Amino acid sequence: MPPGIGGLRLAPLPGAVPAWRASVDSDGLRRVCEAVAGSGGRLGALWASDERDRGAGFVLHAVLVAFEGLVCVDVRLDGETYADVSDIFPAAGRMQRAIADLMGLRAGMRDTRGWLRHGAWREDAFPLRRDVALDARLPAGDPRYAFVPVEGEGVHEIPVGPVHAGIIEPGHFRFSVVGERVLRLEERLGYTHKGVEKRFESLSLEEGARLAARVSGDSSVAFSWAYAMALETAAARKVPERALWLRALLLERERVANHLGDLGALGNDGGLAFGLAQFSRMKEHLLRNNAALFGHRYLMDRVVPGGVTVDLDAAGADSILAEADRLEDELRTLRDIYYDHAGLQDRCINCGRLTSRTAAALGVVGLAARASGHAIDARVFPGHAPYGELGPRLCSHRNGDVAARIVVRFEEAFESLDLQRKVLHTLPSTPTLVRLPEIAQRAFGIGWIEGWRGEVLVAVEADAGGRIRRCHPHDPSWQNWPALEHAVIGNIVPDFPLINKSFNLSYAGADL
Amino acid sequence: MSAAGIAAQFAELALAVLLAPLLTGWVNQCRAWLQNKSAPGILQPYRVLAKLFQKEVILAHNASPLFRSAPYLIFGSLALSAAIVPTLGTDLPLNEAADAIALVGLLALARLFIALAAMDVGTAFGTLGARREMMVGFLAEPALLMVFFTASLISHSTSLSTIVAAIAHRELVIYPSMAFAGVAFVMVSLAENARIPIDNPATHLELTMIHEAMVLEYSGRHLALIEWAASLKLFVHMCIGLALFFPFGIAGGGDWLGLVLALPALAAKLAVGGAALALIEMLSAKMRIFRAPEFLGTAFLLAVLAMLVHVMLEG
Repeated sequence: MPPGIGGLRLAPLPGAVPAWRASVDSDGLRRVCEAVAGSGGRLGALWASDERDRGAGFVLHAVLVAFEGLVCVDVRLDGETYADVSDIFPAAGRMQRAIADLMGLRAGMRDTRGWLRHGAWREDAFPLRRDVALDARLPAGDPRYAFVPVEGEGVHEIPVGPVHAGIIEPGHFRFSVVGERVLRLEERLGYTHKGVEKRFESLSLEEGARLAARVSGDSSVAFSWAYAMALETAAARKVPERALWLRALLLERERVANHLGDLGALGNDGGLAFGLAQFSRMKEHLLRNNAALFGHRYLMDRVVPGGVTVDLDAAGADSILAEADRLEDELRTLRDIYYDHAGLQDRCINCGRLTSRTAAALGVVGLAARASGHAIDARVFPGHAPYGELGPRLCSHRNGDVAARIVVRFEEAFESLDLQRKVLHTLPSTPTLVRLPEIAQRAFGIGWIEGWRGEVLVAVEADAGGRIRRCHPHDPSWQNWPALEHAVIGNIVPDFPLINKSFNLSYAGADL
Repeated sequence: MSAAGIAAQFAELALAVLLAPLLTGWVNQCRAWLQNKSAPGILQPYRVLAKLFQKEVILAHNASPLFRSAPYLIFGSLALSAAIVPTLGTDLPLNEAADAIALVGLLALARLFIALAAMDVGTAFGTLGARREMMVGFLAEPALLMVFFTASLISHSTSLSTIVAAIAHRELVIYPSMAFAGVAFVMVSLAENARIPIDNPATHLELTMIHEAMVLEYSGRHLALIEWAASLKLFVHMCIGLALFFPFGIAGGGDWLGLVLALPALAAKLAVGGAALALIEMLSAKMRIFRAPEFLGTAFLLAVLAMLVHVMLEG
């Protein structure tokens, strides 16, 4: 049933997840946003496309996550401005700033600073517009950036990054502190902007799957599946059952691998190197098993539009079942050690609390939302195939602190192992790959997958000749990065790495 | 002052300076083993030092002479403190010049210079680390002094040689006070040497660092000297612990054979001590920085208790 949004004509999209599409004008966007926000919905993604070559000016696209499913709203703009929605959905702020950098459309918000640009191109150049060539060399712009100053007795700033003492992704964090206490944190991201969206436009729909798998390397399966789902929606074609179940198997393996890695890293950041050693070993076994069974440690390019490129025989299934039993045993032991370790618990409990209210106000998604008491999981709702049949258990916690995010990771890892067993016990025997029919020009599709970090959205519009007209991959980190700024307030500076790791957000996925 | 004493003095100094990185290598090896990892070679710290000595020194534009001279001063004061602690023999010429209180002073001097140098360049991390280091330092020093005073009460002297001679060469007496002092000393040493649970020597997270944050701006031979000095500090602390609580095997005055036999005894004791340190580190997580005062406050309390116990039970 489509969500009832006053006077909006919603056309259903024929995909695996319930989704509708509608066109509104610039004022209509705010109305729709208010209606969705009013009924407890949130913003999924926001991007823009350049339709001037078709005589339609610029178009703003918003994906809203309503109770009933996704509402994709296209807003045809007359000029280069549109109505600001960041007061309704705070998460929209950075997306709007990115749109201003890439497409030159302004929302009239107070914050007019660039987000992705970093002086790599000038303020009046917009690389994502269609009249800018893919290989165009744009003159460098002004790299200065005005951080919000915090003033007062004893307040000082600590700039951290983008080059860190360890080998990690680049991001700049500006702390305003009194002594060791954090008054304010301001993030500055965009250091890994590489023009992924522009690159998509030069690829065929088929080639796009490879790029989608590499948007954020730790969520390769989630992005691949979301991209495949988008194309399957655009083609209005269902994929064979066995392919869907194998996709779920791969997605759960990706989830377990990342949770294992994070749990180890969280122990290490708490100074418990033992945890890192144990979890790294377990993760490595899993990755090696991936390589042996599916030919790739991180499962890149195993999920493709139309199905999956891999299959599993009985021996493979047995090895996964044996691995699941072993992992579960070891996880139980390690869980007891983590939960009983006074020193580690002292670090994690009440550290980096994201309250349920803040999480709701910021539209936080995924694991972080569940750890703050929100029942958000795209596997449970809408529960697209095969998850409807698998019936995953939603794992959540109320405290919203680092300890809660550790608990949710443990519980989800156990649940993922169970889901893998269920998949292997009921794996239907059908083909694993079908050829998608030719996708018509202007056909639009959307994919929505609960990756390990949160919900991954990919929207694709096809061009003539099986090319990509526009593709927007959306990582959940867009919504969750601002939440980190709030979770850190009032904590002490040396606890930040632990809090940051407990969210473990993607830089590459959000910088695009 | 005997020939054996002078020989012992030089042997001790050379031993400390040359073997300190070996102890660090051993601790790192034990840590790796305890994590089921294949360990780096025990000589790895020497390789790191050799590499750093060959590297070019990069200085910040606004670095003052203090920043450049600090590594030498730090290394110097730690080498001198190593010479005071009796490791092989108690008949040390230098011991007449400096007692336990001077030793604490020398350690404080090294800390002062490393903190000043950290603030010299004006980076956020240097200041952050220096601030934390001074907090740890001002809490650790009194506790360390109290430990020494307990030992002094037993031996009626603040000279380390006399303390060691008094404890090692008496008939076997069990001092309950030394048990309290020993626990306090271990806690202080963990904090002083930037080990878990106060600091994490293996971390790459600049925001959590104490010692590492202070030396982020150093490179080349300066960094080599600071790393070497850090090894020396661990060596010195370990030797103080062994001298106060397990002084057996340390040669008395003029005892040539004792001096020769003291070396394997020392090596064995250091090996056990290093393994114990690695075990402590592996079992604990790093504390929140504001737990450090509680931790060191406990150490101070235990050290004071040790003195009281001595006065009440052993006096």
